[in-house]
Amino acid sequence: MSVMVVRKKVTRKWEKLPGRNTFCCDGRVMMARQKGIFYLTLFLILGTCTLFFAFECRYLAVQLSPAIPVFAAMLFLFSMATLLRTSFSDPGVIPRALPDEAAFIEMEIEATNGAVPQGQRPPPRIKNFQINNQIVKLKYCYTCKIFRPPRASHCSICDNCVERFDHHCPWVGNCVGKRNYRYFYLFILSLSLLTIYVFAFNIVYVALKSLKIGFLETLKETPGTVLEVLICFFTLWSVVGLTGFHTFLVALNQTTNEDIKGSWTGKNRVQNPYSHGNIVKNCCEVLCGPLPPSVLDRRGILPLEESGSRPPSTQEASTSLLPQSPAPTDHLSSDEMPEDTSTPEEMPPSEPPEPSQEATEAEK
Amino acid sequence: MATEVHNLQELRRSASLATKVFIQRDYSDGTICQFQTKFPPELDSRIERQLFEETVKTLNSFYAEAEKIGGSSYLEGCLACATAYFIFLCMETHYEKVLKKISRYIQEQNEKVFAPRGLLLTDPVERGMRVIEISIYEDRCSSGSSSSGSSSGSGSSSGGAGGR
Repeated sequence: MSVMVVRKKVTRKWEKLPGRNTFCCDGRVMMARQKGIFYLTLFLILGTCTLFFAFECRYLAVQLSPAIPVFAAMLFLFSMATLLRTSFSDPGVIPRALPDEAAFIEMEIEATNGAVPQGQRPPPRIKNFQINNQIVKLKYCYTCKIFRPPRASHCSICDNCVERFDHHCPWVGNCVGKRNYRYFYLFILSLSLLTIYVFAFNIVYVALKSLKIGFLETLKETPGTVLEVLICFFTLWSVVGLTGFHTFLVALNQTTNEDIKGSWTGKNRVQNPYSHGNIVKNCCEVLCGPLPPSVLDRRGILPLEESGSRPPSTQEASTSLLPQSPAPTDHLSSDEMPEDTSTPEEMPPSEPPEPSQEATEAEK
Repeated sequence: MATEVHNLQELRRSASLATKVFIQRDYSDGTICQFQTKFPPELDSRIERQLFEETVKTLNSFYAEAEKIGGSSYLEGCLACATAYFIFLCMETHYEKVLKKISRYIQEQNEKVFAPRGLLLTDPVERGMRVIEISIYEDRCSSGSSSSGSSSGSGSSSGGAGGR
Protein backbone atom coordinates (compact mmCIF):
# COMPACT_ATOMS: atom_id res chain seq x y z
CA MET A 1 0.00 0.00 0.00
CA SER A 2 1.43 3.37 -0.91
CA VAL A 3 2.01 5.91 1.76
CA MET A 4 -0.33 8.84 1.52
CA VAL A 5 1.03 12.19 2.47
CA VAL A 6 -1.71 13.83 4.42
CA ARG A 7 -1.83 17.55 3.90
CA LYS A 8 -4.33 19.35 6.00
CA LYS A 9 -6.09 21.49 3.46
CA VAL A 10 -9.25 23.34 4.10
CA THR A 11 -11.81 23.16 1.32
CA ARG A 12 -13.85 26.27 0.90
CA LYS A 13 -17.30 26.39 -0.60
CA TRP A 14 -16.26 28.33 -3.68
CA GLU A 15 -14.30 25.35 -4.89
CA LYS A 16 -17.46 23.29 -5.14
CA LEU A 17 -19.85 25.88 -6.48
CA PRO A 18 -21.64 24.91 -9.69
CA GLY A 19 -21.89 27.44 -12.46
CA ARG A 20 -19.25 28.79 -14.80
CA ASN A 21 -17.47 31.37 -12.68
CA THR A 22 -13.82 31.76 -11.87
CA PHE A 23 -12.71 32.59 -8.38
CA CYS A 24 -9.51 34.24 -7.25
CA CYS A 25 -7.83 35.14 -3.98
CA ASP A 26 -9.28 32.07 -2.26
CA GLY A 27 -12.85 32.95 -3.09
CA ARG A 28 -12.75 36.68 -2.45
CA VAL A 29 -12.98 37.54 -6.14
CA MET A 30 -15.71 36.20 -8.42
CA MET A 31 -15.82 36.70 -12.17
CA ALA A 32 -17.09 35.11 -15.35
CA ARG A 33 -14.91 32.68 -17.20
CA GLN A 34 -14.09 34.77 -20.25
CA LYS A 35 -11.96 37.64 -19.03
CA GLY A 36 -10.24 38.73 -22.23
CA ILE A 37 -12.39 41.74 -22.92
CA PHE A 38 -12.12 42.82 -19.29
CA TYR A 39 -8.34 42.90 -19.65
CA LEU A 40 -8.82 45.01 -22.78
CA THR A 41 -10.97 47.46 -20.80
CA LEU A 42 -8.29 47.70 -18.13
CA PHE A 43 -5.59 48.16 -20.71
CA LEU A 44 -7.44 50.94 -22.50
CA ILE A 45 -8.22 52.88 -19.35
CA LEU A 46 -4.78 52.45 -17.79
CA GLY A 47 -2.96 53.08 -21.05
CA THR A 48 -4.85 56.22 -21.94
CA CYS A 49 -4.59 57.68 -18.47
CA THR A 50 -0.89 56.86 -18.19
CA LEU A 51 -0.22 58.71 -21.41
CA PHE A 52 -2.36 61.62 -20.22
CA PHE A 53 -0.56 61.94 -16.88
CA ALA A 54 2.86 61.46 -18.43
CA PHE A 55 2.59 64.02 -21.19
CA GLU A 56 -0.33 66.42 -21.24
CA CYS A 57 -0.72 66.80 -17.51
CA ARG A 58 2.85 67.91 -17.00
CA TYR A 59 2.44 70.74 -19.47
CA LEU A 60 -1.05 71.75 -18.39
CA ALA A 61 -0.26 71.70 -14.67
CA VAL A 62 2.42 74.29 -15.28
CA GLN A 63 0.67 76.36 -17.90
CA LEU A 64 -2.87 76.35 -16.53
CA SER A 65 -3.43 74.87 -13.11
CA PRO A 66 -2.14 72.00 -10.95
CA ALA A 67 -5.75 71.12 -10.19
CA ILE A 68 -6.09 69.54 -13.63
CA PRO A 69 -4.13 66.38 -12.91
CA VAL A 70 -5.63 66.22 -9.43
CA PHE A 71 -9.19 66.02 -10.74
CA ALA A 72 -8.09 63.61 -13.42
CA ALA A 73 -6.50 61.39 -10.80
CA MET A 74 -9.66 61.44 -8.69
CA LEU A 75 -11.84 60.50 -11.63
CA PHE A 76 -9.39 57.81 -12.67
CA LEU A 77 -9.22 56.27 -9.20
CA PHE A 78 -12.98 56.38 -8.77
CA SER A 79 -13.66 54.70 -12.10
CA MET A 80 -11.02 52.03 -11.46
CA ALA A 81 -12.46 51.35 -8.01
CA THR A 82 -15.99 51.00 -9.34
CA LEU A 83 -14.82 48.89 -12.27
CA LEU A 84 -13.04 46.47 -9.98
CA ARG A 85 -16.01 46.37 -7.62
CA THR A 86 -18.33 45.56 -10.50
CA SER A 87 -16.05 42.91 -11.91
CA PHE A 88 -15.05 41.20 -8.72
CA SER A 89 -18.25 41.08 -6.72
CA ASP A 90 -21.09 38.62 -6.65
CA PRO A 91 -23.84 40.12 -8.83
CA GLY A 92 -26.54 38.50 -6.72
CA VAL A 93 -26.28 34.86 -7.68
CA ILE A 94 -29.05 32.67 -6.28
CA PRO A 95 -27.55 29.39 -5.05
CA ARG A 96 -29.04 26.27 -6.55
CA ALA A 97 -31.56 24.26 -4.60
CA LEU A 98 -30.17 21.43 -2.50
CA PRO A 99 -31.62 17.99 -3.32
CA ASP A 100 -34.20 18.04 -0.49
CA GLU A 101 -35.56 21.38 -1.53
CA ALA A 102 -35.61 20.45 -5.22
CA ALA A 103 -37.52 17.26 -4.44
CA PHE A 104 -40.02 19.17 -2.29
CA ILE A 105 -40.71 21.65 -5.09
CA GLU A 106 -41.01 18.87 -7.66
CA MET A 107 -43.58 17.20 -5.45
CA GLU A 108 -45.55 20.40 -5.18
CA ILE A 109 -45.47 20.88 -8.93
CA GLU A 110 -46.58 17.33 -9.60
CA ALA A 111 -49.38 17.75 -7.13
CA THR A 112 -50.58 20.78 -9.05
CA ASN A 113 -49.98 19.63 -12.59
CA GLY A 114 -49.97 15.87 -12.43
CA ALA A 115 -47.04 13.61 -13.27
CA VAL A 116 -45.42 13.78 -16.69
CA PRO A 117 -44.63 10.48 -18.40
CA GLN A 118 -40.96 9.62 -18.67
CA GLY A 119 -39.19 10.90 -21.73
CA GLN A 120 -41.61 13.68 -22.38
CA ARG A 121 -40.51 17.25 -22.02
CA PRO A 122 -42.34 18.73 -19.02
CA PRO A 123 -44.40 21.84 -19.71
CA PRO A 124 -42.97 25.21 -18.64
CA ARG A 125 -43.58 25.65 -14.97
CA ILE A 126 -45.08 28.93 -14.00
CA LYS A 127 -46.54 30.19 -10.75
CA ASN A 128 -48.64 33.30 -10.63
CA PHE A 129 -48.23 35.97 -8.01
CA GLN A 130 -49.89 39.24 -7.45
CA ILE A 131 -47.65 42.21 -6.74
CA ASN A 132 -49.17 45.61 -6.04
CA ASN A 133 -52.38 44.56 -7.75
CA GLN A 134 -50.69 43.16 -10.81
CA ILE A 135 -50.13 39.55 -11.73
CA VAL A 136 -46.48 38.58 -12.09
CA LYS A 137 -45.44 35.13 -13.22
CA LEU A 138 -42.65 33.21 -11.52
CA LYS A 139 -40.76 30.88 -13.82
CA TYR A 140 -39.18 27.62 -12.77
CA CYS A 141 -35.48 27.30 -13.59
CA TYR A 142 -34.64 23.78 -14.74
CA THR A 143 -30.93 24.24 -14.08
CA CYS A 144 -31.12 25.67 -10.61
CA LYS A 145 -34.32 23.81 -9.68
CA ILE A 146 -35.94 26.83 -8.11
CA PHE A 147 -38.76 29.16 -8.86
CA ARG A 148 -36.97 32.31 -9.86
CA PRO A 149 -37.91 35.40 -7.83
CA PRO A 150 -39.42 38.23 -9.86
CA ARG A 151 -36.83 40.15 -11.90
CA ALA A 152 -34.33 37.33 -11.57
CA SER A 153 -33.01 35.69 -14.69
CA HIS A 154 -30.70 32.83 -15.58
CA CYS A 155 -27.47 33.87 -17.25
CA SER A 156 -26.47 31.20 -19.72
CA ILE A 157 -22.89 32.47 -19.87
CA CYS A 158 -22.28 32.11 -16.17
CA ASP A 159 -24.92 29.39 -15.73
CA ASN A 160 -26.38 31.02 -12.64
CA CYS A 161 -29.68 32.60 -11.71
CA VAL A 162 -29.01 36.22 -10.80
CA GLU A 163 -31.32 38.49 -8.85
CA ARG A 164 -32.54 41.63 -10.60
CA PHE A 165 -30.57 40.51 -13.63
CA ASP A 166 -29.57 43.40 -15.84
CA HIS A 167 -27.21 41.91 -18.42
CA HIS A 168 -23.96 40.04 -18.76
CA CYS A 169 -21.23 42.54 -19.56
CA PRO A 170 -18.06 41.14 -21.13
CA TRP A 171 -16.35 44.51 -20.73
CA VAL A 172 -16.40 44.09 -16.98
CA GLY A 173 -16.14 40.32 -17.18
CA ASN A 174 -19.16 39.65 -14.97
CA CYS A 175 -22.95 39.70 -14.82
CA VAL A 176 -24.57 42.92 -13.71
CA GLY A 177 -27.30 42.24 -11.18
CA LYS A 178 -28.80 43.41 -7.95
CA ARG A 179 -25.60 43.59 -5.93
CA ASN A 180 -23.33 45.30 -8.41
CA TYR A 181 -25.64 47.39 -10.56
CA ARG A 182 -24.84 50.61 -8.70
CA TYR A 183 -21.11 50.00 -9.10
CA PHE A 184 -21.63 49.37 -12.81
CA TYR A 185 -23.63 52.57 -13.19
CA LEU A 186 -21.09 54.63 -11.30
CA PHE A 187 -18.34 53.06 -13.38
CA ILE A 188 -19.87 54.05 -16.71
CA LEU A 189 -20.77 57.46 -15.34
CA SER A 190 -17.27 58.17 -14.04
CA LEU A 191 -15.72 56.72 -17.18
CA SER A 192 -17.87 59.07 -19.28
CA LEU A 193 -16.72 62.02 -17.21
CA LEU A 194 -13.11 60.85 -17.37
CA THR A 195 -13.30 60.41 -21.12
CA ILE A 196 -14.82 63.85 -21.62
CA TYR A 197 -12.20 65.34 -19.28
CA VAL A 198 -9.24 63.70 -21.01
CA PHE A 199 -10.61 64.50 -24.45
CA ALA A 200 -11.23 68.14 -23.58
CA PHE A 201 -7.82 68.69 -22.03
CA ASN A 202 -6.09 66.96 -24.89
CA ILE A 203 -7.72 69.48 -27.21
CA VAL A 204 -6.70 72.32 -24.91
CA TYR A 205 -3.15 71.00 -24.77
CA VAL A 206 -2.87 70.73 -28.54
CA ALA A 207 -4.36 74.20 -28.94
CA LEU A 208 -2.05 75.82 -26.42
CA LYS A 209 1.08 74.14 -27.62
CA SER A 210 0.26 74.71 -31.27
CA LEU A 211 0.19 78.44 -30.60
CA LYS A 212 3.82 78.18 -29.49
CA ILE A 213 5.41 75.58 -31.71
CA GLY A 214 2.82 74.75 -34.36
CA PHE A 215 0.35 71.93 -34.79
CA LEU A 216 2.57 69.37 -36.51
CA GLU A 217 5.44 69.93 -34.12
CA THR A 218 3.08 69.37 -31.20
CA LEU A 219 1.94 66.07 -32.60
CA LYS A 220 5.51 65.03 -33.29
CA GLU A 221 6.56 65.86 -29.75
CA THR A 222 3.75 63.93 -28.08
CA PRO A 223 2.43 61.34 -30.52
CA GLY A 224 0.47 59.76 -27.71
CA THR A 225 -1.96 62.65 -27.95
CA VAL A 226 -3.30 61.38 -31.24
CA LEU A 227 -3.87 57.94 -29.76
CA GLU A 228 -5.61 59.38 -26.72
CA VAL A 229 -7.87 61.57 -28.79
CA LEU A 230 -8.84 58.65 -31.00
CA ILE A 231 -9.60 56.36 -28.08
CA CYS A 232 -11.55 59.05 -26.25
CA PHE A 233 -13.52 59.96 -29.35
CA PHE A 234 -14.79 56.45 -29.91
CA THR A 235 -15.29 55.81 -26.21
CA LEU A 236 -17.34 58.97 -25.90
CA TRP A 237 -19.91 57.85 -28.40
CA SER A 238 -20.40 54.46 -26.84
CA VAL A 239 -19.95 54.95 -23.11
CA VAL A 240 -21.77 58.25 -22.89
CA GLY A 241 -24.65 56.75 -24.83
CA LEU A 242 -24.69 53.76 -22.52
CA THR A 243 -24.67 56.03 -19.47
CA GLY A 244 -27.66 57.89 -20.87
CA PHE A 245 -29.49 54.63 -21.46
CA HIS A 246 -28.83 53.39 -17.95
CA THR A 247 -29.81 56.74 -16.46
CA PHE A 248 -33.14 56.27 -18.19
CA LEU A 249 -33.42 52.74 -16.77
CA VAL A 250 -32.55 53.88 -13.26
CA ALA A 251 -35.09 56.68 -13.40
CA LEU A 252 -37.78 54.15 -14.28
CA ASN A 253 -36.43 51.37 -12.02
CA GLN A 254 -36.12 48.94 -14.92
CA THR A 255 -33.45 46.48 -15.92
CA THR A 256 -31.87 46.10 -19.35
CA ASN A 257 -33.33 42.61 -19.49
CA GLU A 258 -36.86 43.90 -18.91
CA ASP A 259 -36.34 46.67 -21.41
CA ILE A 260 -35.21 44.28 -24.13
CA LYS A 261 -38.03 41.85 -23.50
CA GLY A 262 -40.53 44.70 -23.33
CA SER A 263 -41.85 43.41 -20.01
CA TRP A 264 -43.52 46.66 -19.05
CA THR A 265 -44.23 48.29 -22.39
CA GLY A 266 -46.94 47.73 -24.92
CA LYS A 267 -50.64 47.99 -24.46
CA ASN A 268 -51.26 44.44 -23.37
CA ARG A 269 -48.54 44.44 -20.74
CA VAL A 270 -48.73 45.35 -17.10
CA GLN A 271 -47.13 48.52 -15.81
CA ASN A 272 -43.82 48.24 -13.99
CA PRO A 273 -44.89 47.40 -10.43
CA TYR A 274 -41.44 48.14 -9.01
CA SER A 275 -41.33 51.76 -10.03
CA HIS A 276 -42.26 54.25 -7.31
CA GLY A 277 -43.62 56.58 -9.96
CA ASN A 278 -41.14 59.22 -8.87
CA ILE A 279 -37.77 59.61 -10.60
CA VAL A 280 -35.92 60.76 -7.51
CA LYS A 281 -37.25 57.88 -5.42
CA ASN A 282 -36.34 55.39 -8.11
CA CYS A 283 -32.81 56.75 -8.40
CA CYS A 284 -32.37 56.74 -4.65
CA GLU A 285 -33.55 53.17 -4.33
CA VAL A 286 -31.43 51.79 -7.13
CA LEU A 287 -28.25 53.69 -6.34
CA CYS A 288 -28.39 54.29 -2.61
CA GLY A 289 -30.69 51.58 -1.34
CA PRO A 290 -29.64 48.89 1.15
CA LEU A 291 -27.11 46.44 -0.26
CA PRO A 292 -27.82 42.78 0.51
CA PRO A 293 -24.74 40.70 1.23
CA SER A 294 -23.81 37.73 -0.92
CA VAL A 295 -25.61 34.52 0.00
CA LEU A 296 -23.07 32.33 -1.73
CA ASP A 297 -20.75 32.16 1.28
CA ARG A 298 -17.79 31.56 -0.99
CA ARG A 299 -15.25 31.47 1.78
CA GLY A 300 -17.21 29.21 4.09
CA ILE A 301 -15.40 26.03 5.00
CA LEU A 302 -16.86 22.75 3.85
CA PRO A 303 -17.18 20.04 6.50
CA LEU A 304 -14.38 17.51 6.14
CA GLU A 305 -16.47 14.50 5.18
CA GLU A 306 -18.05 16.43 2.34
CA SER A 307 -14.86 17.85 0.87
CA GLY A 308 -13.96 14.49 -0.67
CA SER A 309 -10.57 13.05 -1.49
CA ARG A 310 -10.45 14.54 -4.94
CA PRO A 311 -8.34 17.65 -4.94
CA PRO A 312 -10.66 20.52 -5.70
CA SER A 313 -10.11 22.28 -8.96
CA THR A 314 -10.16 26.00 -8.79
CA GLN A 315 -12.10 26.71 -11.92
CA GLU A 316 -14.26 23.76 -12.72
CA ALA A 317 -17.76 23.32 -11.45
CA SER A 318 -17.15 20.13 -9.57
CA THR A 319 -19.55 17.32 -9.10
CA SER A 320 -19.67 16.54 -5.44
CA LEU A 321 -22.23 17.86 -3.07
CA LEU A 322 -24.09 20.71 -4.58
CA PRO A 323 -26.80 19.67 -7.00
CA GLN A 324 -26.01 19.94 -10.64
CA SER A 325 -28.36 19.47 -13.48
CA PRO A 326 -27.29 17.16 -16.29
CA ALA A 327 -25.49 19.18 -18.94
CA PRO A 328 -28.16 21.66 -19.85
CA THR A 329 -27.43 21.85 -23.53
CA ASP A 330 -30.88 23.18 -24.22
CA HIS A 331 -30.11 26.26 -22.14
CA LEU A 332 -26.98 26.91 -24.13
CA SER A 333 -28.65 26.63 -27.47
CA SER A 334 -29.21 30.34 -27.56
CA ASP A 335 -26.67 31.76 -29.93
CA GLU A 336 -27.94 35.20 -29.29
CA MET A 337 -25.69 35.97 -26.42
CA PRO A 338 -26.55 39.19 -24.66
CA GLU A 339 -22.98 40.46 -24.86
CA ASP A 340 -23.83 43.48 -26.91
CA THR A 341 -26.52 44.85 -24.70
CA SER A 342 -23.78 46.94 -23.19
CA THR A 343 -22.75 48.98 -26.16
CA PRO A 344 -19.06 48.34 -26.43
CA GLU A 345 -16.37 50.97 -26.58
CA GLU A 346 -15.08 52.06 -29.94
CA MET A 347 -18.10 50.83 -31.78
CA PRO A 348 -21.06 52.92 -32.83
CA PRO A 349 -23.85 52.68 -30.33
CA SER A 350 -26.48 52.29 -32.98
CA GLU A 351 -26.60 48.50 -33.00
CA PRO A 352 -29.76 47.30 -31.38
CA PRO A 353 -29.31 45.11 -28.34
CA GLU A 354 -29.61 41.44 -29.15
CA PRO A 355 -32.39 39.31 -27.78
CA SER A 356 -31.59 38.24 -24.29
CA GLN A 357 -30.33 34.84 -23.37
CA GLU A 358 -33.67 34.40 -21.72
CA ALA A 359 -35.23 33.73 -25.11
CA THR A 360 -34.83 29.97 -25.01
CA GLU A 361 -35.11 29.72 -21.25
CA ALA A 362 -38.29 31.71 -21.12
CA GLU A 363 -40.11 29.95 -23.82
CA LYS A 364 -39.79 26.53 -22.26
CA MET B 1 -37.37 16.32 34.50
CA ALA B 2 -34.38 17.63 32.62
CA THR B 3 -34.63 14.82 30.09
CA GLU B 4 -37.92 16.11 28.84
CA VAL B 5 -36.30 19.09 27.21
CA HIS B 6 -34.23 18.28 24.17
CA ASN B 7 -31.45 20.74 23.69
CA LEU B 8 -29.98 21.01 20.23
CA GLN B 9 -27.09 18.63 20.69
CA GLU B 10 -29.24 16.02 22.34
CA LEU B 11 -31.72 16.34 19.52
CA ARG B 12 -29.09 15.52 16.96
CA ARG B 13 -27.78 12.59 18.95
CA SER B 14 -31.01 11.00 19.92
CA ALA B 15 -33.21 11.80 16.99
CA SER B 16 -33.14 11.01 13.33
CA LEU B 17 -34.29 13.27 10.59
CA ALA B 18 -37.75 12.35 9.44
CA THR B 19 -38.56 14.97 6.87
CA LYS B 20 -38.09 18.61 5.93
CA VAL B 21 -40.60 21.30 5.25
CA PHE B 22 -39.76 24.37 3.19
CA ILE B 23 -41.49 27.69 3.75
CA GLN B 24 -41.39 29.57 0.48
CA ARG B 25 -40.99 33.23 -0.20
CA ASP B 26 -44.00 35.49 -0.42
CA TYR B 27 -43.70 37.86 -3.37
CA SER B 28 -47.01 39.62 -2.95
CA ASP B 29 -45.28 42.82 -1.83
CA GLY B 30 -42.63 42.82 -4.51
CA THR B 31 -39.11 41.52 -4.33
CA ILE B 32 -38.54 42.29 -0.65
CA CYS B 33 -37.62 39.34 1.49
CA GLN B 34 -40.76 37.92 3.06
CA PHE B 35 -41.84 34.39 3.84
CA GLN B 36 -45.29 32.89 3.62
CA THR B 37 -47.06 32.56 6.94
CA LYS B 38 -49.23 29.73 5.66
CA PHE B 39 -49.06 26.91 8.19
CA PRO B 40 -47.69 23.71 6.60
CA PRO B 41 -49.80 20.63 7.30
CA GLU B 42 -46.73 18.55 8.20
CA LEU B 43 -46.24 20.65 11.32
CA ASP B 44 -49.80 20.26 12.40
CA SER B 45 -49.07 17.80 15.14
CA ARG B 46 -45.73 19.31 16.12
CA ILE B 47 -46.16 22.94 16.92
CA GLU B 48 -48.94 25.38 17.59
CA ARG B 49 -50.00 27.42 14.61
CA GLN B 50 -49.70 30.65 16.53
CA LEU B 51 -46.11 30.06 17.62
CA PHE B 52 -45.09 29.23 14.09
CA GLU B 53 -46.80 32.28 12.62
CA GLU B 54 -45.27 34.50 15.25
CA THR B 55 -41.79 33.25 14.39
CA VAL B 56 -42.27 33.79 10.67
CA LYS B 57 -43.82 37.22 11.19
CA THR B 58 -40.90 38.28 13.40
CA LEU B 59 -38.45 37.09 10.76
CA ASN B 60 -40.36 39.03 8.12
CA SER B 61 -40.21 42.16 10.22
CA PHE B 62 -36.43 41.75 10.63
CA TYR B 63 -35.99 41.45 6.89
CA ALA B 64 -38.21 44.47 6.33
CA GLU B 65 -35.99 46.41 8.72
CA ALA B 66 -32.88 45.31 6.82
CA GLU B 67 -34.32 46.36 3.48
CA LYS B 68 -35.99 49.53 4.66
CA ILE B 69 -35.47 52.37 2.24
CA GLY B 70 -35.18 55.57 4.17
CA GLY B 71 -32.92 58.28 5.50
CA SER B 72 -30.33 56.08 7.14
CA SER B 73 -29.94 53.73 4.19
CA TYR B 74 -29.52 56.66 1.82
CA LEU B 75 -26.93 58.15 4.12
CA GLU B 76 -25.03 54.89 4.20
CA GLY B 77 -25.24 54.60 0.42
CA CYS B 78 -24.06 58.13 -0.21
CA LEU B 79 -21.23 57.90 2.29
CA ALA B 80 -20.09 54.65 0.72
CA CYS B 81 -20.21 56.19 -2.74
CA ALA B 82 -18.23 59.21 -1.61
CA THR B 83 -15.45 56.93 -0.38
CA ALA B 84 -15.56 54.87 -3.60
CA TYR B 85 -16.96 52.02 -1.49
CA PHE B 86 -13.67 51.55 0.33
CA ILE B 87 -15.52 52.11 3.53
CA PHE B 88 -17.07 48.67 3.21
CA LEU B 89 -13.66 47.19 3.83
CA CYS B 90 -13.85 48.32 7.43
CA MET B 91 -17.53 48.83 8.10
CA GLU B 92 -20.41 46.42 8.25
CA THR B 93 -23.52 47.38 6.32
CA HIS B 94 -26.84 47.82 8.05
CA TYR B 95 -28.14 44.74 6.23
CA GLU B 96 -25.31 42.59 7.57
CA LYS B 97 -25.97 43.80 11.08
CA VAL B 98 -29.63 42.82 10.82
CA LEU B 99 -28.71 39.43 9.40
CA LYS B 100 -26.61 38.80 12.48
CA LYS B 101 -29.58 39.73 14.63
CA ILE B 102 -31.69 37.28 12.68
CA SER B 103 -29.13 34.51 13.23
CA ARG B 104 -29.22 35.10 16.94
CA TYR B 105 -33.00 35.15 16.97
CA ILE B 106 -33.21 31.86 15.08
CA GLN B 107 -30.69 30.26 17.41
CA GLU B 108 -32.74 31.43 20.35
CA GLN B 109 -36.00 30.20 18.86
CA ASN B 110 -34.46 26.84 18.10
CA GLU B 111 -33.31 26.45 21.66
CA LYS B 112 -36.48 27.62 23.34
CA VAL B 113 -39.32 26.71 21.05
CA PHE B 114 -38.40 24.35 18.24
CA ALA B 115 -35.90 21.89 19.64
CA PRO B 116 -38.21 20.86 22.53
CA ARG B 117 -40.71 19.95 19.83
CA GLY B 118 -38.24 18.02 17.74
CA LEU B 119 -37.94 20.68 15.08
CA LEU B 120 -35.01 22.68 13.76
CA LEU B 121 -35.11 25.94 11.86
CA THR B 122 -32.36 26.65 9.34
CA ASP B 123 -31.37 30.27 8.77
CA PRO B 124 -32.65 31.29 5.31
CA VAL B 125 -29.26 32.85 4.57
CA GLU B 126 -27.84 29.34 4.35
CA ARG B 127 -30.42 28.49 1.70
CA GLY B 128 -29.86 31.55 -0.45
CA MET B 129 -32.77 33.42 1.14
CA ARG B 130 -35.14 31.22 -0.84
CA VAL B 131 -36.78 29.18 1.88
CA ILE B 132 -37.00 28.63 5.61
CA GLU B 133 -36.08 25.00 6.03
CA ILE B 134 -37.67 23.26 8.99
CA SER B 135 -36.27 19.84 9.79
CA ILE B 136 -38.60 17.46 11.58
CA TYR B 137 -36.89 14.94 13.83
CA GLU B 138 -38.18 11.65 15.09
CA ASP B 139 -36.94 10.18 18.35
CA ARG B 140 -34.72 7.27 17.40
CA CYS B 141 -35.28 5.30 20.55
CA SER B 142 -38.93 6.03 20.96
CA SER B 143 -40.31 2.55 21.27
CA GLY B 144 -43.70 3.13 22.78
CA SER B 145 -44.26 6.79 22.18
CA SER B 146 -45.52 8.06 18.91
CA SER B 147 -43.52 10.41 16.78
CA SER B 148 -45.70 13.26 17.78
CA GLY B 149 -45.19 12.62 21.46
CA SER B 150 -43.07 15.67 22.00
CA SER B 151 -45.46 18.21 20.71
CA SER B 152 -47.90 18.82 23.49
CA GLY B 153 -48.59 22.39 24.34
CA SER B 154 -46.96 22.42 27.74
CA GLY B 155 -43.78 20.84 26.46
CA SER B 156 -44.07 17.81 28.68
CA SER B 157 -41.86 14.82 28.28
CA SER B 158 -42.11 12.27 25.55
CA GLY B 159 -41.83 9.03 27.42
CA GLY B 160 -39.57 7.20 25.05
CA ALA B 161 -36.77 9.72 25.05
CA GLY B 162 -36.49 9.68 28.78
CA GLY B 163 -35.74 6.02 29.04
CA ARG B 164 -31.99 5.90 28.39
